Amino acid sequence: MPLIPKTDGGSIHWTLLREKIIEILIYISGFSAIIFVFSIFAFIFKEASGFVFSHETDWSFFFFNAAWQPLPEESATYGAFSMIIGTISVTLVAMLIAVPFGLGLAVLVSEFCSPKIKETLKIVIELLAAIPSVVWGFVGLKLMNYVLVNFFGAQVGSNLFNGGIVLALMSLPIIVSIAEDAFKAVPDSYREAAEALGATKWQVVYKVLFPAAKNGLLAAVLLGVGRAVGETMAVLMCTGHNLNNPFSSEFPFLNIFDPIRTLTASIAAELGEAPRGSEHWQALFALGLLLFAIIFVINLTADLVVRGIKQEES
Amino acid sequence: MQKTIEIENLSVNYGKHNAIDDISLFACKGEILGVIGPANSGKTTFLKCINRTIDFTSTSKVNGTVKVGGENVREMTSVHDLRRRIGMVFPLPVGLPLTIYDNVAYAPRMAGVRDKDELDELVETCLKQSALWDEVKDRLDSLGTKLSGGQQQRLTIARALSHRPEILCLDEFSIAVDPVTTMRIEDVLVELKKEITIVLVTNLVQQARRLSDRVAFMNQSKLVEFDEVDTIFGENPKEKLTFDYVRGYFG
Repeated sequence: MPLIPKTDGGSIHWTLLREKIIEILIYISGFSAIIFVFSIFAFIFKEASGFVFSHETDWSFFFFNAAWQPLPEESATYGAFSMIIGTISVTLVAMLIAVPFGLGLAVLVSEFCSPKIKETLKIVIELLAAIPSVVWGFVGLKLMNYVLVNFFGAQVGSNLFNGGIVLALMSLPIIVSIAEDAFKAVPDSYREAAEALGATKWQVVYKVLFPAAKNGLLAAVLLGVGRAVGETMAVLMCTGHNLNNPFSSEFPFLNIFDPIRTLTASIAAELGEAPRGSEHWQALFALGLLLFAIIFVINLTADLVVRGIKQEES
Repeated sequence: MQKTIEIENLSVNYGKHNAIDDISLFACKGEILGVIGPANSGKTTFLKCINRTIDFTSTSKVNGTVKVGGENVREMTSVHDLRRRIGMVFPLPVGLPLTIYDNVAYAPRMAGVRDKDELDELVETCLKQSALWDEVKDRLDSLGTKLSGGQQQRLTIARALSHRPEILCLDEFSIAVDPVTTMRIEDVLVELKKEITIVLVTNLVQQARRLSDRVAFMNQSKLVEFDEVDTIFGENPKEKLTFDYVRGYFG
C-alpha cells in the first residue's frame, strides 16, 4: 500500500489545502505581534512628529530643562528633565528594595523552605501580582503615606519613597518567579557535588547557584525594571506628581521624601486635557516616544548582556 | 592497622526497595578498599552513607552504624565537617559553573583558606595529582564546564583532593576517562593511599584487582564476600558466586 497521508474521508487535495491554511494562520498570528508593535510605534511617532520635526523644538531644552509648562499656550515650554529624573529615581528606589528582597525570596522558596511553606509562599506571591495597580495606588496613598508622614517625618503629601515601595511590591512577583525558575533550572548534581565537598547551604547558594543562574537572575531584574518604568496608575497616585529633582549634590544625594513626577504619570494625567493635535498633545506623544526608547534600550541591554555572558562561556 | 571506616549491620531502604541489606565491613588507613558488584547492588548507596549525602534522598531509611575515624556519622553535630574529611568523586563529572581554578579552590576557600599563595600551591598540587595540570595550566581562569568529559572527571578528582581528605571515595571514576588517563590516575591513587583511606567502587573487576588491598563483593543489596584481594581473586574464595563473578562466568 502506498504511503499517503491518512485523510478523514476527504481527498488528498483537501488534506494538503488544510495544512496550507493552518500554516498561513500560524504565520499570521506570529507576524501580527510584530505588526502591532510597529503600528503602535508608527502611531506614536505620527502624533509626535509635529513636535519632533518642528524647528522651534530645542532638544537640549527638552532633555535638560525642568520647565514643563503647557499653559498658557502662548508661552508654553516643554522641558522633560524632571520627569526623566522622576522616572529614573523612582525606578532606582523600587529596585533597591525589590532586587534584594526578590532574590532573597527566590532563594528561600527554591532552596531553604519545606514544600508546604514553599507552596503557601508561592500562592501569596502570585496573589501579589493579581492586585490591580489602582488598588496598589490606593494602599500607597492612604496607608503607606499615613505611616510615612506620621512616623517617619515626611512632609504631607505622597513622595518618591512612597511610590518606590509600591513599585517594589508590584515588581516583586515578577522578580521572584523568574529568579526561582532560574534556580530551578540549575541541575541538582551541582548542589550535591558542592554539598559533598562540605559546603553549607548558603555556600552552595552563593558560590554555585548564583553563578549558574546568573542569566536568569539578570533577566528577572531587568524585567522588574521594565515593570517599574512602565507602571502608571500607582506612581501617579503615590509619588506626589510634582516636577522636582530629588537628587542633590549633598549627602544623602537622594531625598527620598521629595515628591516627583514620572513620564508615564504625566501622559496619563495631561492627555485628557490637551486638545487633539495641539502642541501640548504632540509634546506628550514625544514623551511617549522617549518612554518607548527607554524600554527599548533596557531590553536591548538585557539582550546584549545575556549574549555577552553566553559568548564568554563558549 | 588503623580502621578509618567501620560499617556495622548497615541496611538502607528507599521506600519499600531494599538497597543495602545488613552489611558489615571496614576500611583501613593506607589501604584501598575495592567495592565490586553488578549494577543495582547498592554500591553507590554504600558510598552515600559514608558522607551522609544519603540524607538528600528523603525516602531513604538507614539502620545500623557507620563510623568514620571511630565516630558514628549519625551522631556528628556538623555534617559539613564530616563531608570536608571525605573526598567524593561521582561517576559522571560535575564541573561546577566556575573557573578551573575556582572549582579546585572551592572547598579550601569554604574551609577558610584565604591566602593567595597557599591556594595557588594547593590548586597546582591537586591538579598535578589528578594528572590534569599540564593540560590546563595556561587556562586556569576559563570555565570548568567547558573541559572535555575526561578532563572534567579529573577536575572533580582534583576538587575532591583539594580539602586534603582523610578518606577518598571514587564511584566508578573511570567511566568517562580514557584508558591511558585511567592508568595515570590509578598510579596517583597508589601514591595517595600511603596517607589516606581510599574506597574505590568500580565495575572493572580487573581494576579492583590491580589496586585494592581488600575487596567487598556486593550482589543484590547483600555483601557476598569481604576479604583480602588475594583471597577474593584467588583459587578459593569462600563463596562460589564470588569465584564466578571475578572470572566473568556471570554478571
